[in-house]
Amino acid sequence: MTLKKIVRHLSLTMVSGASLLTKEVKTGYASDLLSDVIAHAQPDSLWVTLQTHVNIIAVAKLKDLAGIVIVNGRQPDEETKQKAQAEKIPLFLSKETAFQVSGKLYQLLNEGK
Amino acid sequence: MTRDDEFRQTFKIKGRDFSHAGGVSTEIKEILQEIGIPTQLIRRVAIASYEAEMNVVMYAQQGKLILSINPETIQIEVEDKGQGIKDIELAMQEGYSTATEEMREMGFGAGMGLPNIKKNSHVFLITSTPGVGTYLKMIFYLDHEKAS
Repeated sequence: MTLKKIVRHLSLTMVSGASLLTKEVKTGYASDLLSDVIAHAQPDSLWVTLQTHVNIIAVAKLKDLAGIVIVNGRQPDEETKQKAQAEKIPLFLSKETAFQVSGKLYQLLNEGK
Repeated sequence: MTRDDEFRQTFKIKGRDFSHAGGVSTEIKEILQEIGIPTQLIRRVAIASYEAEMNVVMYAQQGKLILSINPETIQIEVEDKGQGIKDIELAMQEGYSTATEEMREMGFGAGMGLPNIKKNSHVFLITSTPGVGTYLKMIFYLDHEKAS
C-alpha cells in the first residue's frame, strides 16, 4: 500500500516526504526502543513511535524504513525535521496514540491484501 | 598487515554527538551496497555497526571504526577512549544497561547493544579497560558455508 493512501486514511500530518508518497509500505513496526527497531524492523515498514529526536532518522535510513509516524501529538525537534528532509525520510505526525495508529495501520494493510 | 586485495577505511566517531550518530553506519552500508555485498549480510553488518557506533557516542569521548573488506570477510574494529566496561560478562547480558535516564528517554539503553552485535556477527571479540576505553572486533564471513 502506498504512503499516500495511509496518510489519507490515518489523517497524518506530513512533515517531510511530499515527493515520496508513492513509496510502498509493506508492514508496520511500533517501538520506542531504538535497538529493538534496529534489530527487528523489516525494510519498507512504517515505524510508529513517540521518539522525536534526530537519531530516529538515522535508524529509519539504516533500516530502509518506509517512513516514521510520531504519535501522541508530539512535535519533532527542529533538527529531526531538517534531517528527515535532507535524508528523504518521510516523517508524519498523529494526534492519536501508538495503539490507535498501529491498530488502524494493521487493519488498513490487511484490508489491502 | 593490510593485504593487497583488502579495502580499508577508517571513520572517526565523536562521543556525545547524537546529531551525527548513526552516520558512520549509514556510510558503511552504502559502501557495502556499492560493492554488491548480499542484502542479508548488509543487514547484519548494519545492526552490529550501529550498535557499536552508538556505544561510542553514549559512553566514550571519541572513537574510531576501521572497516576492512577482503574477498572472504568484512571486519569491523571499533576502538574508543572512554569509561570502558567494568564487567563485560554482565554487559553482554540482554537487558543490562548503564545508560542514564536521559539516554533511556531517547530510546537508548535497552541493554541490547552488545547482545545485538554478538548475534549478528560471526566472530565477536571485546576487551575493555575501565577508565581507558573499549576495543571491539567483529568479523562477518562472505561465504555462508563458513558462517554456519
